[in-house]
Amino acid sequence: MPNDFGRAVIENNPAWTQLLGLCPLLAVSNTVANAMGLAIASAFVVIGSNISISLLRRIIPDIARLPCFVLIIATFTTLTVMMLEAYAFDLYSRIALFVQIIVTNCMILGRAEVFASRQPVGRAVMDAMGTALGFAIALLTLGAIREALGQGTLLNDMDLLFGPAAASLRIDLFSTPPLSLALLPPGAFLIAGLAFAAVQGLRNGVNTPKDEADNTLTTERP
Amino acid sequence: MTELGLILFSALLVNNFVLAQFLGLCPFMGITRSFDTAFATGLATTFVLTLAAVTSHTLYHYLLVPLNLTYLKIIVFIIVIAGLVQVIQLYLKATSPVLHQVLGVYLPLITSNCAVLGVTLLAIGQELTLLATFVFAVGAAAGFNLVMVLFGALREQLAQSDLPAAFAGTPITLLSAGLMSLAFMGFQGIGS
Repeated sequence: MPNDFGRAVIENNPAWTQLLGLCPLLAVSNTVANAMGLAIASAFVVIGSNISISLLRRIIPDIARLPCFVLIIATFTTLTVMMLEAYAFDLYSRIALFVQIIVTNCMILGRAEVFASRQPVGRAVMDAMGTALGFAIALLTLGAIREALGQGTLLNDMDLLFGPAAASLRIDLFSTPPLSLALLPPGAFLIAGLAFAAVQGLRNGVNTPKDEADNTLTTERP
Repeated sequence: MTELGLILFSALLVNNFVLAQFLGLCPFMGITRSFDTAFATGLATTFVLTLAAVTSHTLYHYLLVPLNLTYLKIIVFIIVIAGLVQVIQLYLKATSPVLHQVLGVYLPLITSNCAVLGVTLLAIGQELTLLATFVFAVGAAAGFNLVMVLFGALREQLAQSDLPAAFAGTPITLLSAGLMSLAFMGFQGIGS
């Protein structure tokens, strides 16, 4: 069972090997606080829907499975929206649209279809937690780089998520931000592109040339 | 009238859905490998997006608001989008086999295109009128089409070029999208 978890985090990492959930990954990674808010929201939806789908897997008719999955995911997204509106409204109002469209995140529907609908609850939970953690790692890494370069701080505004005590977590790195572009849309694409290149470079270095042919990231080469 | 023009222009270029708002990146990264597929996907998305925005707007204001059920909007909108995709697929199959053949593969994918849900939710959030919602959706869809086609053409060139292994595939695609996004930043401030 721990294997399911590890495989979901590293080998099948939703963000950097499968390129799923790219929209929220780029849109909400401008600060660590925003990234963490969306990571928690996505984790709740993927774990909740994986458990429900795994429990209902014998009841859901095969022919109507995709609409059923989408409805279950939409229900958990609605619950998340309500909870964030109630407990972290300031943070929610910044990332509202991207919390609402978690429902169309192909990463979550993908896990439901490939894993949760065929496995017992225990394994489905492990897979969901691994997927959520893998997505969170990608979001937070990108969030930290963009916040440090674009704003010169780290962990700013964490009080919006964890209450007033968390305001002291803020770290000031630079008095003038070194690259304001990092906060803007082009910065998201450029920094994500460089980060993906770094991951791919590391993988190519680790893998033997034979494995490289199976690597999903390099199959697009002419 | 000027207001509608501004909504159209803003959705099309200034706040382009793909390059400035990060909506619809999955098809943008996935299906732009050639010009033709990019164009077909864009066309199918335009169809669904405009219809979905108008239908959702009507349902929201004439059904959900009077019944005090606005918290169900995500669930209702996703059903509307999935239903529309099905209906359009059946309609095309019956009336225009050629168009169905061209768009057929791409239609089901539109359900999970976050730009469609994004447009409907944004139009509700900004409290647009029905006409403004229509214009907003057309602008957003045209903007989506524009970058899909531009990027499809660009990627055909990219496929021919010799790249360092670490940059091949996704990274270079993201970097090119970054440069295109930088170019679109030039429209910022127009109309404000």
